[in-house]
Amino acid sequence: MADTNTETLRRTALHPLHVLYGAKLVPFAGYEMPVQFPEGVKEEHIWTRSDAGLFDVSHMGPSFLTLASGMRRDPAAHEEIAALIETLVPSDIKGLKPGQARLTVLLNAEGGILDDLIITRPYEEDRQGELYIVVNGAMKDQDWGIFETALTGKAVLTRADDGVLVALQGPKAEKVLSAYFPECAGLKFMECRRLELNGETFVVSRCGYTGEDGFEVWGRAAAGTELAGLLLDDPCVRPIGLGARDSLRLEAGLCLYGHDLAPEISPVEADLAWVIQKRRREAGDFPGAARILRELKDGPARKRVGIRPLERAPAREGTEIFVGGEAVGVVTSGGFGPSIDAPVTMGYVAAAHAAPGTKIDLMVRGKARPAEIASLPFIPARYKR
Amino acid sequence: MTTYYTKDHEWIRVDGDTGTVGITNYAAGQLGDVVYVELPETGAKFARGDDFAVVESVKAASDVYAPVSGSVLEVNTALTEAPEKVNEAAQGDAWFVRVRLTDAGELSGLMDEAAYAAFCEGL
Repeated sequence: MADTNTETLRRTALHPLHVLYGAKLVPFAGYEMPVQFPEGVKEEHIWTRSDAGLFDVSHMGPSFLTLASGMRRDPAAHEEIAALIETLVPSDIKGLKPGQARLTVLLNAEGGILDDLIITRPYEEDRQGELYIVVNGAMKDQDWGIFETALTGKAVLTRADDGVLVALQGPKAEKVLSAYFPECAGLKFMECRRLELNGETFVVSRCGYTGEDGFEVWGRAAAGTELAGLLLDDPCVRPIGLGARDSLRLEAGLCLYGHDLAPEISPVEADLAWVIQKRRREAGDFPGAARILRELKDGPARKRVGIRPLERAPAREGTEIFVGGEAVGVVTSGGFGPSIDAPVTMGYVAAAHAAPGTKIDLMVRGKARPAEIASLPFIPARYKR
Repeated sequence: MTTYYTKDHEWIRVDGDTGTVGITNYAAGQLGDVVYVELPETGAKFARGDDFAVVESVKAASDVYAPVSGSVLEVNTALTEAPEKVNEAAQGDAWFVRVRLTDAGELSGLMDEAAYAAFCEGL
């Protein structure tokens, strides 16, 4: 994921703001991105949970997928575009209400996860036949290539990663954002609207990846940059880097693609079976359905779990997991959780050892360290339901 | 007492044939919030350049290298309970270990304060 050739790195429209706020910039997903600001990862993490943090996620892959025949003022148009994307993902997209968003996974023919993504049905009556799809930055070329190849002639993909995508996260996010978009206060978790500000259109979704209440806002480059500047002028808001984004999502028990999710891992193994709604399970009409339905019935061989080290030493990605001297799994994300003031870890273990409370050993620098399987998330989510 | 510095950002304050070792303020600043420090056992022996301790920030784990060869006389166990001291006083209270030097001649390969300041300036 890290890109060492700094000459080929892209910059987001918010790059000047990162510099203005003193960011330490690192290569990430092909972009030069802020890993932290002068406050430091721990302070940024805690600020996001107490006030509001602004994350530049413009490196991710926002996009619009539209019927080749165009959008219509007709709910049947949603059925048509949903049917197309449902050939690639196992979630019930047809069943989305106007303005509703859903987490899903892009699957390969073996039922392995090629990416995790959020698909939104527009609320606006005149935009039926379009889906707003946000994929991971490091995977966007792959994902968009898959969409274009699979749906050629039937749907048109518009890449929107030349704009600005920001996440405003934390308990004060609603108060801050509603100064510009009063309607955002009426949204619930995973609801989305197109909202106007000074004649510019923004796509505002009540979602995020920190476990906190908050919003993701997409806008065109100039308008989005202006909005980010305004939000940062609010004393409740501080800019937050990728370091705290990682510790926040880990405490919230959320997966990071390329670490906790990979092409050989199924959604059942990843404990993401909930993204496969009833209608799709019954129909079994998605890539890799044979494996996934078998795992749903018999249970997977391995499972993603939370892990609490019982000592202070963090266990990083790649750390081996043992039970009674036998290797039973591996850590896929590990670090330190500033809010719980303890190390936090996620990984995969053989299903027999996946129950919360199971005692395990983490092999850190050649030494077995006691730990136990823990329920996820490590901190309760505070989404506005 | 004289303090010497390495290119890996460790310092050693030498008093006769013993020395106190830690990481520099520059290193602590680069690491960010230190959340865990792993120290060797008293009596452990190291050659110059061996990794003898680990310091972990929220983001990552980093090895700490022995500036000279020696054996560990004492470890700063306060860091185990309060790793954040490394950010507060990297070149003071947050020393890592006291060592007995095997070969004081190795010190000539290290930088003095002015040379280290110039080295950091160039990074």
